[in-house]
Amino acid sequence: MMRVFDHTTTIALAMMFLAAVASRGDEPHWAYQPIVRPALPWVENPESCAAPIDCFIAKRLEAEGVHTADEADRVTLIRRVSLDVIGLPPTPEEVREFVNDDRPGAYERVVDRLLASPHYGEHGARPWLDLCHYADTDGYLTDQTRPVAWRYRAWLVDALNAGMSFDQFTIEQLAGDLLPDATARQKLATGFLRQTLSNREGGADPVEFRVKQVLDRTSMVGEIWMGLTVGCAQCHDHKFDEISQQEFYELYAFLDAAEEINIDAPLPSEREPYEAALPEYHRQRQELLAPLAVEINELQRRWEEKILAARDNPGEDWYWDRQWELVGLVWGGGLGEGQLEGWQIVMLDPAKRSQLQKDRLLDYFVPKADTVDAAKAKELKLGELNAELRKLQASLPKVTRAPTMMQTQNPHTTFVHLAGDFRDRGDDVLPDTLDVLPALKEERRDRLALAQWLVSPEHPLTARVAVNRMWQQFFGRGIVATAGDFGVRGTPPTHPDLLDWLATEFLRSGWDVKGLQRLIVTSATYRQSSHLAPRDAPHAKDLTLEKAVAIQTSRQAGSSRGARWLLSKQTPLRLSAEQIRDATLLTSGLWDSRVGGPSVRPPQPASVSEEGYGNTWEASAGGDRYRRGLYTWVQRTSPFAMHITFDAPNPNHICTRRDRSNTPLQALTLLNDPVFHEAAAALAQRVQREVDGDDQQRITHAFRLCLARDPKPEELAVLRGLLQQLRDDPELNTPATGTDSSDPAPAADPAWTMLCSVLFNLHEFVTRN
Amino acid sequence: MEWRDLLAFQNRRCFLQHTAGGLGSIALSQLLADTTSAAVASPLAPRPPHFKPRAKNVIFIFMSGAPSQYDLYLPRPEMQRLHRQPVPGSFLLNLNDALIKGSAQVFASPRKFSKHGECGMDFSDYVPHLATCADEFCMVRSLHTDVSNHHPAQLIMNCGVPLFGHPSMGSWVTYGLGSEANDLPGYVVLLSNSGEGVDGGSSLWNNGFLPSEYRGVNFRSKGDPILHLTSPPGTSRRAQRSRLDAIRTLNELRLQDTGNSEIESRIAAYELAYRMQAAAPELVDLSDETRTTRQMYGIDHETTEPFGTNCLLARRMVERGVRFVQLYHSTWDDHSNLNTKLKKNCDMTDQPAAALIKDLKQRGLLDETLVIWGGEFGRTPMNEVRRGNTPGKEGRDHHPFAFTMLLAGGGIKGGQMVGETDELGYHPIKDPIHVHDLQATILHCLGMDHQLLTFRHQGRDFRLTDVGGNVVQKLLV
Repeated sequence: MMRVFDHTTTIALAMMFLAAVASRGDEPHWAYQPIVRPALPWVENPESCAAPIDCFIAKRLEAEGVHTADEADRVTLIRRVSLDVIGLPPTPEEVREFVNDDRPGAYERVVDRLLASPHYGEHGARPWLDLCHYADTDGYLTDQTRPVAWRYRAWLVDALNAGMSFDQFTIEQLAGDLLPDATARQKLATGFLRQTLSNREGGADPVEFRVKQVLDRTSMVGEIWMGLTVGCAQCHDHKFDEISQQEFYELYAFLDAAEEINIDAPLPSEREPYEAALPEYHRQRQELLAPLAVEINELQRRWEEKILAARDNPGEDWYWDRQWELVGLVWGGGLGEGQLEGWQIVMLDPAKRSQLQKDRLLDYFVPKADTVDAAKAKELKLGELNAELRKLQASLPKVTRAPTMMQTQNPHTTFVHLAGDFRDRGDDVLPDTLDVLPALKEERRDRLALAQWLVSPEHPLTARVAVNRMWQQFFGRGIVATAGDFGVRGTPPTHPDLLDWLATEFLRSGWDVKGLQRLIVTSATYRQSSHLAPRDAPHAKDLTLEKAVAIQTSRQAGSSRGARWLLSKQTPLRLSAEQIRDATLLTSGLWDSRVGGPSVRPPQPASVSEEGYGNTWEASAGGDRYRRGLYTWVQRTSPFAMHITFDAPNPNHICTRRDRSNTPLQALTLLNDPVFHEAAAALAQRVQREVDGDDQQRITHAFRLCLARDPKPEELAVLRGLLQQLRDDPELNTPATGTDSSDPAPAADPAWTMLCSVLFNLHEFVTRN
Repeated sequence: MEWRDLLAFQNRRCFLQHTAGGLGSIALSQLLADTTSAAVASPLAPRPPHFKPRAKNVIFIFMSGAPSQYDLYLPRPEMQRLHRQPVPGSFLLNLNDALIKGSAQVFASPRKFSKHGECGMDFSDYVPHLATCADEFCMVRSLHTDVSNHHPAQLIMNCGVPLFGHPSMGSWVTYGLGSEANDLPGYVVLLSNSGEGVDGGSSLWNNGFLPSEYRGVNFRSKGDPILHLTSPPGTSRRAQRSRLDAIRTLNELRLQDTGNSEIESRIAAYELAYRMQAAAPELVDLSDETRTTRQMYGIDHETTEPFGTNCLLARRMVERGVRFVQLYHSTWDDHSNLNTKLKKNCDMTDQPAAALIKDLKQRGLLDETLVIWGGEFGRTPMNEVRRGNTPGKEGRDHHPFAFTMLLAGGGIKGGQMVGETDELGYHPIKDPIHVHDLQATILHCLGMDHQLLTFRHQGRDFRLTDVGGNVVQKLLV
C-alpha cells in the first residue's frame, strides 16, 4: 500500500487487528515455530494407507467419521497423474500399456516415467513463472520487448528436469552470481529477479521505478519462500504479522545492493564462432578508435561531468537534466538490457571500470557526442565512426545475451522509505532478516547469505511453504489454503501434522523436489476417485435448516464432516490455460514438442495487441505456431487473450494460486477460436488417417485421444447422431481450413471437424478428474 | 477463504431466506451436497445495493493520456500575463516534483473560452458540442492524484492504488451489484484511439484479486465485437446449435455419472455463450438506429466514427442492462504540438460525447446513468521543458496536483462548477477532491458505501478507495 493507515484506518480494520492480536495470545504463531517431525498417527484401518501421508488424512477423517473414496480407475488415474506431473494428457498407447500392466508397481512405473520426462520441467516451470510474474516485455506505457527474457525460463525448465535440489534452486535464483566461481548457468538463474517491470516512459523517474523493482523483489522473497505478505510493511508496520516497517527495509537492503546486468551467454552452437571472432573484432575496433582516442576521451569526460552535475543539481539546466535522465531511461531499451547499467557505469570511477564497461559506455556516448560539442563531433566525424562501430558489431557472430543480477559497484545507503514514498528518507538500515524468525548468523550480509538463511534447516517457513505449494499443485488447494500467506491472517492448515511431516521429509531428503512429488502422487489419498462415496452422501430429510446452515458454515472453515478439503475424495480441477492449449495440440497431432528456446507468437486476432499502447503481434510461422503455451510470448500490457480468458494471471503481479473460473468467454474460445478450430480439423484428419474403419471405430479413437477412455454406448449414439445431422446439413459444406493459409494440407471433412470440436468442448476434456 | 464456495453459499442462503418452506427441502439438499447441488447462481446475478441508488449504470469515458484542462475547461487569465515567464516561486514552495525544472515557462492557452448554459460554464472553442451540455455537467476542477506517470496514475483512477493486482472500478461495481444484462457481460470496455493504444492496456480493466467473472470484457471495433463470437467459417447457426446440443447432452451424461456440479455451471456458460452469439451482433448492429441518431453521434463521418460508434454502443448497452461501460480514448498525452494533437482528439470525441449525454437525456436514461469524462491527471500550466521552448510546438507535461473532470446524470447535480484552483490552476484552493473521493462518490451514486464494498485478500479487507475516500456531497443532487 502506498499510504499510511493513519486516522482513516477503519473500525473494521482495527477490529481485525485486535482479533489477530487476541488470537496470538502468548503462543508464537504456529508458522514461526520450529518444524518438528510428528509421529505417524495410529489409524483404525492401516490397510487403507499406502503411504505415511494417508495416515494423517485417514486420522482426521476417522475423527470426523468419514470414509475415504475408492481408488480411481486406471484410465482416470493415468490421465490425472499425466496432467498433474507433465501437464499433458496420456496418449492412447500409454493408457493401454498402463491398463494392461498386471505386474505390481504399474502405477509407480508411470509416475517414474513422467518424472523423467523432458516435459516435466515445462509443466513445473509454469507456477514459478506465475510467482516471479515472468514476461517478455518491460511493462508500463512503452512496454518494450525483452527478447532474451526466455533465458531464465530455459534455465528453470532445465533445473527442474535435472532434479535440482530446492536449496540449490533457491540459492541460484536469488544469488547465483555470488556463488564462488559462478558459472554462466548459475548467473542465468538470477533472471528470476529480472522479471520486475521497467518504466522507460519519458518523464518517469528511474530512481522511483528502481525502488519499485526492489520493493517487488523483496515482496517476492517474502511471499514465495516465507509465505509472508511482507509487502504490506513497505509503508507502515504490518497490521497483523510481526513485521515492522524497519524490518521490511532491512530485508529490502539485501536486494537494494543488486543491479541488473545482461551478460553474453552464448548458446552451445554460438560459443565457438563467437569466441573465435573476438580477437579480430577487438583488433579492428581498436584500429577504428585509436586515432581519435584522445579527443573522444576528452569529449566523453566533459559529457560525464555535465550529466553528473545535472544529477547532483536537478532543475538548473533542463537540457543536461534530460541527458542524464535519458541514460537512465533508454539504455538497452528494446533489448531487455539492465536499464540502469549506464548510470552505474557513469557513477563508477573511470579507473575502476572494466574494459567491457568502458566499451559499452563509449558505444552509448559516441552518437551523443554532439550534445557536448557539436562542432567537434562533426570535425571528428563521429557520426561516421558510430556507423563503422555498429557495422563492426553487426559482423560479429551472433551471441545470445541473458538477463542476470550483479552486486552493485556503487554501494549506497538503504533507508526506510517513509509511507513507502521513495523520496521520504527515514532511518538508515543494514541488511537483516525478520526478528520473528531465527537469526542470520553469517557475518556476510548479501543475497547469498539471505538465500542460505532461507534454506537453513532451522528456518520454520521455507520448507512448509514449498511443500504446501506442491500439495496445492496436486489437490487444487494447499494444506494452508492461502499459499502466499502463512501469517496470522492466513488460513490455518487443515492438517498441521501432515504439513510438518512433509516439510521434515523434504528436508530429510535433501530438498528433493521430484522425490516429494513422487511421495504425494503415489499416496492413496492422491489416487482416490473424485466421486463422493455413496455412503457419505448427505440425507437432507434428516436435517433442519439451522443444522444444514451450520454444517455448511463449518465446511467453509474446513472442519466438518464431508468437507472437501479433508480429502475424503479427489477434487476435479479445471485445466490451466496452458494445459488446455497443450492438450488440444497434442491430441490433434499438431503439437511441436521441442523443449526450450525463445518465446513464440501463436495466431490471435490483431485487436488483442492493439489494446496496448504500441504493441503489435506478428504470428510465428511453422512449428512455432504449435508450441506449448509455456512458450507463448507474454506482452505485459496486452497478454495472450486465450490465456487470460482461462485465468492466466496478470503478468505484472505475483500469483501464488490461479483462479479457475467458468465463463461464456471460455466457451466462445473453445467453440470458435481459429486455433481450436484448426486443431479440430487436424484431429478429424488424424482420426480418418489412423483408423481404417467405420464411424463408430473412428469416434472411439477420437474419444480415446481426447479423454483417454472409451465412449459409452449412449455417448456413441449422441456423436453418431450429430454426425448424421451435420452430414444432412446442406449449409455445412465449406471445408475447414487451417489458420495458416499457406498450409497446403488437404481439407478436413466439415462434419468430422465439428464432431472433434465437440470433444474439445466437453467439460471432461478441460478437467482433470 | 474459498470464495467460490462462499459466494455459492451466500447465493443459496439468499435463496433460502426468500423461499417458502415448500422449496426449502430442495434448497436443503443443495445446501448440503457439494456433489449434487443444482446450478449455482451466476456471480453476475443482480444483487441489491446498500441503500437506494441514484444511478443504475455507469458510462466512464476515460480520456487516457490526460487531456489538458487549460485548453478545454479552465481559462486562466493570469497565465496570459505570465506567458513565457518562469513559474513564480510562490507556486513551487514545498514541492518535490520531477516536473518543475528551472527553465519551465508558463504557456498561456491559445484557445478562446466562452461561458455556456444557464450556469455559465467555461468551455474552449475545441469542445463546442460538450459546451451545449453545460447544464447537465458538474465540472470538477479540483481533482488531485498521487502520482504523475500514466500507467500508475491510470491504475489509481481505475483501481484505487498505483499497484498491480487490484480490481478495477467496473470489477468492484459488478462484484457489488451484479448486472441486469442477461445475454451480455456486465462490465464492458470499448477502445478507440488517435494513433496509439491505452498506456496501461488490459491491466486497467483487470479483476485483480476478485473472481475472474468480474473482469472487463473488451468489445472490439474490428472483427468480432467479443473475441471469437463468430462460429468458424462455414458453420450455419443450425450446425452451431447441433454442436452445442451434442456438447450439452454429453456434459449432462457426465453430470449423471459424476454429480460434479461444475458441469452444470459449464452447461450454463455454453448456453450464455450461445445467447451472446445472437445478442452481441444485435447490439452492435446499428442499422435500427435512425438517421438522426447516427448523425448526432457522427457515425457516418470518418473522424467521429470510431468514438461515436462506441458512444452509441454505450447507450445501447445501458439500455440492455450492462452495469459498467468504460470507453477508453487514447492518447491525450500532448507533450508537444499540443494545438494540433489536442484538436484531433477533440474533433474525434467532442460531438459524440455530447450526443451521448443528449441521447441518454431524451430517452430518460440519463437519470439512471452516471456519465464520467476525464483522464488520469491534468497537464501543467507550463510548456513542456524537456522538448525545448520552440514557439508553435509547445506541449504540456503531466500535472497530478489539480485537474478537471466532467460528471453528469444519475445522482449528479448538473450545471455547477465545483472546486477552485489558484490563478495558475496549479493547486486546488477550495474543495480539493482526491481520486478516492471521486470513487467513493461514484459508488455512492450506485447505492454503495465504499467502506462496505470490501473483499478479503491476504488477510485484509480491501476496497476500491484503499484507506481514503469521502463522498463529496456537493456533487450530488
